[in-house]
Formats: sequence, C-alpha cells, structure tokens
Amino acid sequence: MSEILLRTGRLGFAYPARSRALFGKPEMRDVIKSVDLAVPRGAVLGLVGESGSGKTTLGRLLVRLLEPTAGGIQFDGVEISHLTEEALRPLRARIQMIFQDPQSSLNPRLPLAVTLTRQLEVYGRLNGRRDRRDKAAALLDLVGLPTAFVDRYPHELSGGQRQRAGIARALALQPDFIVADEIVSGLDVSTQAHILMLLKDLRAKLGLTVVFISHDLSVIRVLCDEVAILRGGEVVEHGPVGRIFSHPQHAYTRQLLAAIPLPDVEPGWLDDSPSRQQPQQQGSAA
Amino acid sequence: MSAILEIDNLHVAIGAANVLRGVSLRVEAGEVRGLVGESGAGKSMVGRTIFGLLPSRAKITAGCVSFEGRDLLALPDRQRRDLLGRRIALIPQDPMTSLNPVRRIGAQMAAVLQLHLKLSKRAALARAAELLTEVAIRDPARVLTLYPHELSGGMRQRVLIATAFACDPSLVIADEPTTALDVTVQRQVLQLVERMRQRHGAAILFVTHDLGVVAKICRSMTVLHAGRVLEDGLTADVLVKPHHAYTRALLAATPRADRPADALKPVPPALIESLWAEAHRLDQLAAARPA
Repeated sequence: MSEILLRTGRLGFAYPARSRALFGKPEMRDVIKSVDLAVPRGAVLGLVGESGSGKTTLGRLLVRLLEPTAGGIQFDGVEISHLTEEALRPLRARIQMIFQDPQSSLNPRLPLAVTLTRQLEVYGRLNGRRDRRDKAAALLDLVGLPTAFVDRYPHELSGGQRQRAGIARALALQPDFIVADEIVSGLDVSTQAHILMLLKDLRAKLGLTVVFISHDLSVIRVLCDEVAILRGGEVVEHGPVGRIFSHPQHAYTRQLLAAIPLPDVEPGWLDDSPSRQQPQQQGSAA
Repeated sequence: MSAILEIDNLHVAIGAANVLRGVSLRVEAGEVRGLVGESGAGKSMVGRTIFGLLPSRAKITAGCVSFEGRDLLALPDRQRRDLLGRRIALIPQDPMTSLNPVRRIGAQMAAVLQLHLKLSKRAALARAAELLTEVAIRDPARVLTLYPHELSGGMRQRVLIATAFACDPSLVIADEPTTALDVTVQRQVLQLVERMRQRHGAAILFVTHDLGVVAKICRSMTVLHAGRVLEDGLTADVLVKPHHAYTRALLAATPRADRPADALKPVPPALIESLWAEAHRLDQLAAARPA
C-alpha cells in the first residue's frame, strides 16, 4: 500500500489580514505553513488539532475548495493546486467532502432522493426518474438507512440518520478520496460509535482513501491508520496511530493526550502538577 | 451526611410528552454529583426545574425538589428568586448566550454582587476583580472593562465560573460547561471548577454527556435515560462495575485514546428500543391509574 494518492509539498495558505493603511499592501496572515503530507491509497489519515490550528483550512485545501498560496498538492500524480474550476471538474467527481453539519449539505426543501443524486445529475449519470429513485435507494442502503427514506426530508431524520445521509451524498459519484471534517463531533456517544463503524465498513468495502479531521484524539484512534497533529498551521508530529499514541515525541502531542479525560477514576488528574503532563497509557500494547 | 439537594420522584411533561419520569437524586453537602445522559435523556430539564426555567408548556406533574430542607417547588416566587443566584448558582453551557453582549464584564458581575450581597457599586467591582483573580485571570482590572466578544471562549467560561461562586452558594448547577471547549482548555476549566468548589465549599450538580469528565470531577453519578434514573452510585463503583446494561453499553461505546480500535462496541439499537418501550409502558400505566 505504498502508492501515494495524495501528496502535499510545503503547502501553505495565507489570507490578507485587516490592514490599517487604506492603500497599503495588506499584510498576509499564514494559516497553513509548509505542510508536507502523503496519504497512501486506501489509508485513513487523521488530522487533529485544537480550534485555530488550521485543520479545517487544510481540509478545504485538499479538496481544492481553497487555492493554496504556497507549495503544491498532487492528487494521483496530477498537480491540482492551481487548476481552474473547469480543469478540476473531472477530478471533483473523485474527491468529495463530508461536512460536520449535515443540515448544511442537505437541502431542507428537497427529498433525499433528489439531494443524494444531485451530483449524478450534474455529471450526466442519471437516466430519468426511475433511475434517480433506484440510485438514491442504493445509496441509502449503502449507509444503512431504509430505502423508503428516498421520500423523506432532512428534518424528518434524527441527527445520526442525517449524518448517514450526508455520507451517502458524498459517495454518490463513487469517489476514491474523501475529506471528512468533524463529522461525528455533534453526536451522542451511542450514535457516534455507529457512524465510526459505518465509516470503517465503507472504507473497506469501497477502498476509500480518507482524511479524517477531528479535535478528538479518541475518535482518531478508533478510525485512523496514521495521524498528523496540527498546531498553529504546522504539523508538529506525524506517524502511525499506534506509535503516536503510545510513544508521542512532541511535547504538544503529550500535552493533548494528557488532557483527554479517560473514563477512569484517577485521583490527582485535576491537580496542576507537571508530572501530570505526561500521558498515562494503559493497555495500549495491542 | 446531609443532603443539600434532594429530588424525589420528579415528573415533568411538556404538552403530552413526558420528559422526566420519576427522577430521584441526592446531592450531599460539598460533593460533586454527575448527571449523565445522552440528548433527550432529560438531564437539562432537571436543572431547569430547579431554576424554574422550564419551557412555558412544561408542567411538573408530580414530585418534590427540596433544597436545604425547603420545598423549592412550593416556595413563593419572591423567596425562590432570592435563593437563585445567591444560594443556588448556575454555570451555563454557552457563555456567549448567558453574557449580555452590550454590557461590560465588570457591570455584569457587579450587578449580581450588588443585588444579592447589597454591596455598593465600588465594593462590587473590587470584589469582582478578586473573583477574576481566583479564576486565574491575569489582568482582572482590564478584563472588567471588556465586552464579552473581546474574550476567548475559555476566558468567558472563567468569568461565568467566577460569577457563579461570587455569593458563596451552597449548590452550583454546571450544565455541560466544557462541552464546546478544546481538551486542553477543558482540563483547565475543570481544574478551576474544582479549585473554586473547594475554596467556596459548594456542592455541584454536574450535568454532562461525557463519562470521561464525570470520571475526573464527580464523586458520585446518576445515569439518566428517557427521563428515568437507570443507575446511581459512587463514580468509582459505577465506572468499574456498572449494574445497568445501558451504562455498560455507554462505556463500551466511548472511544478511548488508550485502547486499540477494535475495543469499541456501539450501543445495540435493541437495547435503546427496549428502554424506550419500557418508558412508554410506564407512561401508559400512569395514565390508566386514576389521579
């Protein structure tokens, strides 16, 4: 599995900060600084960081919702950093994004049959009404929703069902690369575990390559093969999940791991002593 | 031990739907009790009942809430309002909606102190500055002159924690106060809540969906589902040896950074269905019984 599907080289993104002088050249503020990532085909890479770390911006660069201001992105050997929208179109079918809030990616006024197959329509892969319903039903089935949901509207679904529909929408064009941005963070524990299992299944079944963005290291551990820790727009540590979690090298990674409240009673966790800054690892050998 | 708060068989309905189906729990003086549940469990409704902040269509159909031996639900409005904020305080989930965006932090904190402790404006501001120092805000005099939007999320939460403990309440209700925060900030806020609790000697009812947070800050815990208490006990006992299948399932479905991926077991949908079916059966029994 050494073939790299997506690679970034010294990737950077800056936006103009509010400038004080009216005619002065606006100062640029770096949000992503020289990020080098390589995602092997079929792998799941976790991107972790706290708010303001740039993880969402990085995700949006990878799917080219944003254009990089430095460095490059190669997708399947093609440099996509500065492709025009038209040149990107064939690639867009292969690169999809799943958003945190499925409410915002599902049109509230359309039944799921239409929303889920909208992209197929745009790409001319739909043959009339019958075909639309069949394809929508197949997508619903793929994500574990009843096929009868084709006629449902987003507000008729629970939070977990909506997130499943959001995943189905992203899978319509049979993409090989998906960026999922905080897609389980608003969900209850019982729902969250089901969505994580679904993603694991889909990834195996469809051979997806995934970049999974989350602030939650515990969730990353469940789903990802590799993890990159982001802080202030830079990757501070990057490697296989098992190694990063059991032998974190960077002080920031250790600090993040130590701050996770594991569901074990642990007297002293709330004390501010520096020894507590070390990660506590139990049962991580397997 | 004496109970600061004692809720007995509390039933609340919104319209025709029951949201609390006989909740009983005790908070002892000075302890932190976790009230755990997923969305729809009714955990926020418990806090809202205590504060008299239930939605207008909600009705308390049975039960009793006693605070320091007094029946809160039977108390005249005036006396009850006098208790709230002074003897019972709230740390809300979202600091942005509970701070007034057009008033300075100092004015908002001082208003609480002037009302409940009858301090002069000057004394109230001085006390507010002391409280901000207690929650590790470095430049309290300056922060008092700022507006809420000029503070970070973690700072706003500190301001609310300081305000909650301002009148030395005997009970603080913390409603998911760290849910929106980053893990490192969450840890600092939890440390702060614990430090303030010790200093001011309050008991806390800590409402949360996060078993990790419960494990770290709560001495005892109550597990709520569909408005019913499914399990109750010392945190150390419940987390190690949960009695109820639902508690066990929740623990197994909680992703852990210290365990490999295959340790995760989603909550069986059949279990949730059977719990709801049980709750609805209880509703029918109650409805059939003559009042």
